[in-house]
This record gives sequence, C-alpha cells and structure tokens, in this order.
Amino acid sequence: MVLQAVFMLFSAMAVGAALAVVTNKNIFHSALFLVVALLGVAGLYVLLEAPFIAVVQVLIYVGAISTLILFAIMLTRRLMDASERQRNEQWFISAIVAVGLFIVLVLSVGQVHWPVVHTDVPENHLNRLGQDLMEHYVLPFEVTAVLLLAALVGAIVIARERTR
Amino acid sequence: MAFLSDLLVNLWNWIAVQLDQFLPSWATALVMLFAAAVVIVVFLLLTVMFLTLLERKVVARIADRIGPNRVGPFGLLQPIADTLKLIIKENTEPAKADHPVFRLAPAVVATAALMPYAVIPFGRGMVGSDVNIGVLYVISISSLTVIAVLMAGWGGGNKYGVLGGMRAVAQMFSFEVPLALSIGSVALLTGSLSLVAITEAQRKLWLIVAQPIAFLVYLLCGAAEANRAPFDIPEAESELVAGYHVEYSGVRFAFFYMAEYINMFTTSAMATILFLGGWQGPFVERVPILSIAYFLAKVYGLVFLMIWVRATFPRLRIDQLLDLSWKVLLPLALMNLLVTAVVDKVAAQVRLSSTLTIGVFWGSNLVLVGVVALVLYLSYRRKRARGLNPHYQIHWH
Amino acid sequence: MIPLHWFLIVAAALFCIGLYGVLSRRNAVGILMGIELMLNAVNVNLVAFWRYLDPLESLGQVFVLFVLAVAAAEAAVGLALIIAIYRNRDTIIVEDIDLMKW
Repeated sequence: MVLQAVFMLFSAMAVGAALAVVTNKNIFHSALFLVVALLGVAGLYVLLEAPFIAVVQVLIYVGAISTLILFAIMLTRRLMDASERQRNEQWFISAIVAVGLFIVLVLSVGQVHWPVVHTDVPENHLNRLGQDLMEHYVLPFEVTAVLLLAALVGAIVIARERTR
Repeated sequence: MAFLSDLLVNLWNWIAVQLDQFLPSWATALVMLFAAAVVIVVFLLLTVMFLTLLERKVVARIADRIGPNRVGPFGLLQPIADTLKLIIKENTEPAKADHPVFRLAPAVVATAALMPYAVIPFGRGMVGSDVNIGVLYVISISSLTVIAVLMAGWGGGNKYGVLGGMRAVAQMFSFEVPLALSIGSVALLTGSLSLVAITEAQRKLWLIVAQPIAFLVYLLCGAAEANRAPFDIPEAESELVAGYHVEYSGVRFAFFYMAEYINMFTTSAMATILFLGGWQGPFVERVPILSIAYFLAKVYGLVFLMIWVRATFPRLRIDQLLDLSWKVLLPLALMNLLVTAVVDKVAAQVRLSSTLTIGVFWGSNLVLVGVVALVLYLSYRRKRARGLNPHYQIHWH
Repeated sequence: MIPLHWFLIVAAALFCIGLYGVLSRRNAVGILMGIELMLNAVNVNLVAFWRYLDPLESLGQVFVLFVLAVAAAEAAVGLALIIAIYRNRDTIIVEDIDLMKW
C-alpha cells in the first residue's frame, strides 16, 4: 500500500516534470525540470530494488549530463535574453503522434501476459554485477571505455576555440 | 551495565518500543525516522553555528588577534547574534532575477548539504540508514550541489554570479574525478561501499597507514569541493565580488553560508570514515558511547586542519587550480588505484604478512610521489628553457 | 507489490513525452533534452524487466549501465556540436541551420 503510494509520487514527479521539460517556454527552466524528472526516475529505480542504478543515475544524469546541458544553455544564450519562440510549426502533429503512440503502447502493454518471477533480489547482487562486468561482459565494457574516450576527445576538439 | 555501555542506542530502541505499544508499526517507523532526521539536522545546525565561531577564533589566533570576544563569555554567543542579524535583514531580490530559480536555489543547496548525513555513521550503531552503496550516494549528492550553484548563479541575473557559478562548476567537476578515484582504492581494500562496513574494516588498522596518497588526494579534493580556501575561487571576494551568491542577502544568504560549513564538516566526516577509522578507537568495544566522541574528535581535528590551511595559504588562480586537478591529482589517484590493486592482489597471492604489505604500500606511494614530482619538475624546466613563464600554462580566450 | 504494468506505462509516458519534445522543439538543446528523456524511459523498462522477469541475473543492470555510458557520450558530443554551431552561425535554432539543405 505504502509502496504503491510512493510509486505514484515518484512517477507523478517524473512524468509531470517531463511534461514541463517539453512545454516550458524558458529553456533554462526546462533543463531544471529535466533534473527533477531524472530524480523521479532514480526514485523508481530505488523502488525496483536497484539502488546502485539509482545512484549512478543521479551521478551521471544529474551530475554530468544536466550540468552540461545547463552549461550549454548559459553559453549559447545572451544573458537574460527574452525567450524566443520554442515550438516549431509541426508541434500539433507531433503531439498527436506522441499521444497516439502512448495509447498504442498502453494498449499493447495491457495485452501481453508477462512471465513475472516472484523472487527476491539476491543479497550479494552488487558483487555479482561487478564480477559479471569484469568477466562475462568485459568486451562491451572495454568498448564502452573506448567510446567514452573517443567522445571526450571528440567533444574537446569540436568545442575548442581555434587560436590564431 | 550492558544498558549503560550502549546508552544512546539503547535509549533510542527503548523509545521505539514504548511507541510501539500504542502505535501501528509503520507509524512507529515513520516517527522514529522523522525523529532521527530532526536530531541530525538540529545537531548539524548547532555545529555550523559554532564552526563559524571556531573558524573566526582560530584564524584570529593565527593572525595574532583575539577574535570575537564581545558577545557572551569568550564571544561564545557571537554565532547567535550573527544568526539573528541574518534573519532580521531584508531579503533583497533583483528586479531582473529569474525569480523562482532565485528563490529555490538556497533551499536546494541546503538540502543537498544535509542529505549525506542519512548514511554517515556517527558512532557504533548510530547511522540513519546503512545502505550498501553509501560512498557512491555521498558522491552523487554533491552533484545536486553543482545544480544548485548553477541555479544561484543564473537566478540572480548578475554576470558576476554567472561567472562565479561557471567557475564553481568547473572546479567541482575537475575535483570530483580524483576524489572518486581516491575513494576507489579504499573500496578496493575494504571490499565494500557501505560506510559502516568500511569503518568496521578498519578495526585493526586505519587506512591512512596503507593509503597516505589517497588520503591526501581526498582531503585536497574535498576542500576544493567544499569551496574551502585555498580553493575558494568561486567566491573570491577580490575577483568576483562574491561569486554565485552575489545577489543573496538575509536568510537566503545564511543558507549558502550554512551549506558551506556543513560541506566542510561532511568532507571531514567522510575523510574520517574512509581513512581515519571512523568511530574506531580504544575501548570502543566495552564502552560504545566513546565511539561518538572519537568520531567527533577526529572530525574536529580535520576541520581544524582545514581552518589552519585557510589561514595560512594564499588563494590559487583558476588555471593553477585546474592544473592541480588534471595534471597532478588525477594521475596520482589513477596510478595509486592501479598500484593498490596490483599490490593487494600480489600480496594475497604470495601470502605476505600485513606489516610487509603496508611497507610495500608505503614504498609504492613514495615512488609515485617521486615520479609525479619528477615529471612536474621536468616540464617546469622545459618551459623555462623555452623562455616561457612557467607559471602561466593555460591561455583563456 | 507494484504490478509490472505500472512501470511500463510510466516508461511509455516518458518516452512519448520525450518524442514530443524532440519533434516540436526548435532549440537544439531542447531536442537533446527530449532524447535524454527517451533514453531514460528505455532504462526504466530495462530495470523493470530485470526486477520482474530475471532478478537473479545481472544482465538487465549491465545493459542500463551501457545505456548510461552511451548517453553520457552522446550528450558530450552533442553539446560540443551545438556550441561549435553557435560559435559559427550564432544560432542554435535548428530551422536556421540549413546550409546543407536545398
């Protein structure tokens, strides 16, 4: 009962803030609402008994990605600029498409019978995750590392100002 | 006797049992959680008030002055007078501010500053919640501070505020990496990310003995994360007026002030838990109430060290600061993590005695420091040989 | 226990909201935020499926970690591109960045 209420709270937080992200006229406020939405999703992870993922979500999404986005907004907008028009002409069609997709998804989710297993998460799950990352999934893990390095170098090269 | 020895924990449990008699169990849990939160927050607020006094007194002593001595005996009531003054002052708000953001930022800063205390163990059995990812949780909370700082800088509608906010974020980002890496070597040796388990693992030996470099890196990065001198560039009065909280006054300013001191306390508390054995000390097994005294004594020792540093060292320039993080601390922490992993594995393989293992750790740490110092010296000499001013390295356009 | 469907519906809502953001925003940073929302929706699904269908293995969480890493890389490069474009063209409104269009 309490769990359901907490779930409602976090999902309302995530979905409500997400709506604000896409509709708010002020792009800086949108980015701040994105932080709220990401925190709500982190709360959902905690409810799903994946606290590690929740913390990593806060660390990477809130700590790194949102901050980067806020930074980019600060760098690409003149200070206290009056808000420009933020929606394009096709916003109405987009809204119809999005709502339509949502209805289809909800209907199909209701149709499927998922083979739910009623087991608890093992106690030493975190150790298991670390071990798997280093043994079973070591190749994708290393590839991710290379990807991150490439992204890092690429971002610096692209965003750096040319010095004459 | 058994009751007396574990006084606080037993008292707490007794209250819970009493409540359980006329409340449903979930309500008891809720009340007890709330009570724990209130106790911790009140403790922190009182700590902060007297930390400000301690800082002023210590800095005054170092500068050969007396410090606050007018309000109450030895100026002991000074923090209360300061708090009253801040509360009574007007809450100014610039007309061009981004009002909701401007008003929210202090609350977010204060919340983010208080959140780590949910997992920090103050003594044996005295922890809000022993989660198995406590260390990661504390690191991730600091990213909320980053957001709040950006909000404050932007919300004021002041360009000094924005500049200060951006500098603060650049600094926090740069120092978070070596900080996390230095914690990595602790996690490697103790095999856990839970703060309680890390404390328990240091019963025989404090980790600072095996990991002096990690401790040093952690302390430097922690000071930078908390915007403490000599890394207080984001709020350098002489360059940026006051950085990201330039437009704040009254209670809202008090929130930033409070958060800064709480962050300093958090850094010290985390360093104590990770490297100085947390609440471990002699006779803790028999008299558990001593554990909280040990913990606070160690934390205040580190706080004193930070105040001492602030009073002694001049402020770093922003490029020197970023250089320190990326070119010195990051390689050091990275190499330390690697060496720790290798030494730990090899020592376990060849069944080295623990004294010898620590000797190897010390040796490897010395070699690391030597290598970094050599590299730095060589680059310094090369720059001077090319006729460049070696103190200027980054060119900001 | 919370039914699995609830999580799936929340994830679907997040995904569709993100999609709307991507399609309707003129600001490039806004589009990026929409993409982040969509990635998050996928992650919620992955974790929910892991918890309800396969909690003994760690595959679900491993997948989420990779998605997070890719999202971080995408955000870094994407924002670098946006800043580079802003520097050259003085705008980040995607409709005005039409040099390659005819």
